[in-house]
Amino acid sequence: MTDPIIQARAVEKFYVQPGGKQIEVIAPIDLDVAGGQIIALLGPSGCGKSTLLRILSGLSQPSSGSVLWHGKPLAQQQPSAAIVFQSFALFPWLTVLENVEAPLEAHGMGAVERRKRALKAVDTVGLDGFETAYPKELSGGMKQRVGFARALAVEPEVLFMDEPFSALDVLTAESLRNELLELWLSKKMSSSAIFLVTHNIEEAVLLADRVIVLGKNPARVRADFQVDIPQWRDRKAARFVEYVDYVYRVMTEPEADHVPPGSVATTIPTIKATRQKYQMLPHARVGGITGLLELLADRGDREDIYRLSDQLVMDVEDLLPILEGCVLLGFATLKEGDVETTPDGKRFAEADIQDRKNLFREAALKHVVILLQIDNILHAKSDHSIPEEFFHDILDDHFSEDEVERQFSTAMNWGRYAEIFDYDPETHRLLLAEHLDGNSHPAAARP
Amino acid sequence: MKTRETPRPNLLRPLWSVLPRLSVSRLPDLLMFSAALALFYGTVVVGKTWLGPFTPSVEISRSPFALPIYAGYSLLRITVAYVLSLLFALVYGYIAAYNSRAEKFMIPLLDVLQSIPVLSFLPGVMLAMVALFPGRQLGVEAGAILLIFTGQVWNMAFSFYASLKSIPREMREAAKIYGFSKWQRFVQMELPYGTIGLVWNSMMSVAGGWFFLMACEMFVLGERDFRLPGLGSYLQTAASAGDTSSLLWGLATMIAVIVLLDQVVWRPVIAWAEKFKFEQVESADAPESWFLNWVRHSRGLRRIQKKVVRPVGESVMAHFARQHARVAPPARSKPVVVWTGRLLGATVLLLVMYAVVRVVGMISTLRIMELRELGWGLIATFLRVNLALMIGAAWTIPAGVAIGLSPRLARIAQPLAQIAASVPATALFPVVLLLLIRIGGGLGMGSIVLLLLGTQWYILFNVIAGAIAIPSDLKEAASIFGIDGWIRWRKLILPGIFPYLVTGLVTASGGAWNASIVAEYFHFKGHIYFTPGLGSTISHATDSGNSQLLLAATILMAAAVVTVNRLVWRRMYALAESRYKMEG
Repeated sequence: MTDPIIQARAVEKFYVQPGGKQIEVIAPIDLDVAGGQIIALLGPSGCGKSTLLRILSGLSQPSSGSVLWHGKPLAQQQPSAAIVFQSFALFPWLTVLENVEAPLEAHGMGAVERRKRALKAVDTVGLDGFETAYPKELSGGMKQRVGFARALAVEPEVLFMDEPFSALDVLTAESLRNELLELWLSKKMSSSAIFLVTHNIEEAVLLADRVIVLGKNPARVRADFQVDIPQWRDRKAARFVEYVDYVYRVMTEPEADHVPPGSVATTIPTIKATRQKYQMLPHARVGGITGLLELLADRGDREDIYRLSDQLVMDVEDLLPILEGCVLLGFATLKEGDVETTPDGKRFAEADIQDRKNLFREAALKHVVILLQIDNILHAKSDHSIPEEFFHDILDDHFSEDEVERQFSTAMNWGRYAEIFDYDPETHRLLLAEHLDGNSHPAAARP
Repeated sequence: MKTRETPRPNLLRPLWSVLPRLSVSRLPDLLMFSAALALFYGTVVVGKTWLGPFTPSVEISRSPFALPIYAGYSLLRITVAYVLSLLFALVYGYIAAYNSRAEKFMIPLLDVLQSIPVLSFLPGVMLAMVALFPGRQLGVEAGAILLIFTGQVWNMAFSFYASLKSIPREMREAAKIYGFSKWQRFVQMELPYGTIGLVWNSMMSVAGGWFFLMACEMFVLGERDFRLPGLGSYLQTAASAGDTSSLLWGLATMIAVIVLLDQVVWRPVIAWAEKFKFEQVESADAPESWFLNWVRHSRGLRRIQKKVVRPVGESVMAHFARQHARVAPPARSKPVVVWTGRLLGATVLLLVMYAVVRVVGMISTLRIMELRELGWGLIATFLRVNLALMIGAAWTIPAGVAIGLSPRLARIAQPLAQIAASVPATALFPVVLLLLIRIGGGLGMGSIVLLLLGTQWYILFNVIAGAIAIPSDLKEAASIFGIDGWIRWRKLILPGIFPYLVTGLVTASGGAWNASIVAEYFHFKGHIYFTPGLGSTISHATDSGNSQLLLAATILMAAAVVTVNRLVWRRMYALAESRYKMEG
């Protein structure tokens, strides 16, 4: 391998809570980005992969550790980087051409040269004829083309892409992926590396020469391997499926060791969490868990996860939390890329509405720490109620601010469904639910 | 939820839209050329009077032929004050958004400044300005302008600050990763992003500006009688003389000026600002303006744009780009800068503390009598303001709902209501007063009518907007389940309009407190008409030069407004946001 363009040394990101406690988002990571490659960074949602991209590109600074470009720290240089954003991040008041020209203007390029470069970039992505259009007149795919053109026009050494296809519909995303690969393989773009952040496993295996899989809470590298299939790749080829399956296993069973296909792969030994962490709830709603268990019951209680996501046309991003929810509640187990319903899960799937609530409550009080804590406190207190902030106080010590919100909303969803507690929006208090009859409870939790 | 902008009057369009067809593209040029000439002439005339010797009581002519000139003077004051406000708002908003230490006190300060009754500044500002430009008319003019400025700047500053704070993260990151200089970031991202908010707030501010201008063009300070030639002074003079025909001429001019401003300034600006809307898809019915289309057709302007504006903009941009490239990316601020900042902060703090001590000193000299007057005044004005709000709500809620729920009625009523609302209430005060005196009512009741004049429109327009925004499937559901009459009001309409109603009442409440200063105390035909209240205490203290009382009354009123906002309106707002917001 030639000298890497970017070297990240022990980069780490953490937030300090008001109480002084550190919440780690990214565990210390070493990472090299070499030229001549498309690198895909994969991981479940909220795992910090976008944060890592921003650290590597110099947009934000790591809490500790350093990022070197060609051996020099970022503080001493303006790295040659461009980003294609998930939300496109175009300026709606500038025309297509003006949007592409804006970064060149920032570099102090003269009007004539700028226009020439921008027109060429617009032409490269197939947008000619739309130079004077405003972004709001364009479809999503066309907008992202403008995003590409803007990035290509500055001729960055490393082209960063943050989920560039995930705001697009399936067909548009597929055709844009192909066009990107076409530009890359035919050397029509001057970048020497592409760094792609995605949660779409197939997309990563389809495009990348090297795939890095991040685990979450905090983010650390779970796997880092070369995809040893020549381009253009066939999604149906056995070897392709083997890679995809491997990534599914890595992502769904973080505690086990897996061996990637192909011999040149770098395996990362699993680092077991050293201290006992507070239980983190997967962001799954009761409706999703119920739906999945019903589906599994129809399928004979066992199914391959990859096939499941394929048939449901669901990203792992969306499917994974639901699977984790089922596992956490003891309704299912994951084994070698398969999901299997447990006897409890089977009983839940076959029960009627009221029995399901009871089964869910039993499972939740057995397995979910925070719900158990709340149940205990509600029973212990004389007025059988606690303020909502109490929830936050428990969670604040263990999670970042956004994560606390998500944990809270999931726990509320589960707890109210299971009738472990009721919620009074007037006083923002949790109350012990009275089990008189099912009608006295709100049918659905607040979103 | 979609925020709905109240549609603006559309009266003149059919007539004018015929004109461009008469001559293809010379007419706009001709128009622009004449406008430039008129501007030049105006500058010369204004320069002569403003820099001319100080004449404290200009004789205000009652001839209708003087009206164009007077209207021009009033317009000019509004314009200058508005431009100053805009610049100040940009600077204030920018600093508050980017300096987190300054933000901590700049934003609460805005809240307080917004609540201070502007009119009670009038004497202090006037005297200071006259002293600053001794012997020149400019002093009084500057005083009036400064006063309008303080009336309109705060909400604009807040709007720009809020826009800056809400720029999407990825858009900011794009600007950063592509190395935008501060200037480029400002003209290509921050200013465009804030434009829509600034435009709507500017319209509100200028409407408020008219209100204050009408009040301060003619006022008495002790023995000194200040008069500025303008529409406000014309109307007051005409009313004082009981000259009905002049009064009607003045009002007609007022309405004409406001309709003209709407057609030539606000509509074009709104249509132009459409491109700054932060939306992903084009909206179906974009606002249009005949005037903007005209301007866009002017060849002369296009040439200026191409030959002057663009090259200049280009070189400014390049200059900042070079500067940006030279600066090492994360340069730490030098100790000198840090220390200057601290020194500045300390100086400001000391000055504020000194002022507070002085104020406390002044207020402590108040006599028991005066304190009692303040207390009763506060209660009287409080009751009056809330009575006005209640009367306003009582007629505007049914009327607004009727208009909002019936598109046919809305088409007729809305433009009329908008014109009625756009006439500044202070311009009508002399007229109303004249009527009151003729029918023999006192100012005690009369002042409530005056307060109502200024504030009912805010409530009406918000109620209309709220009624329009009630989703039609909810209305249909109510009909299907036979929900009718009072239950329909209680379950559907009142909750539906609640957030809008609160918005309207907040604005109306603040406006009413401020208006009490001119509504409770009036110089008219050489008499002083007044009714006890905090507003009249302020006006009276102004008249008699009792600065301790003036200061105490002003602080008391500001405190009252802030307290009512905190205790009542903010809670109502929170309730509206959490419970009564229509969400999909």
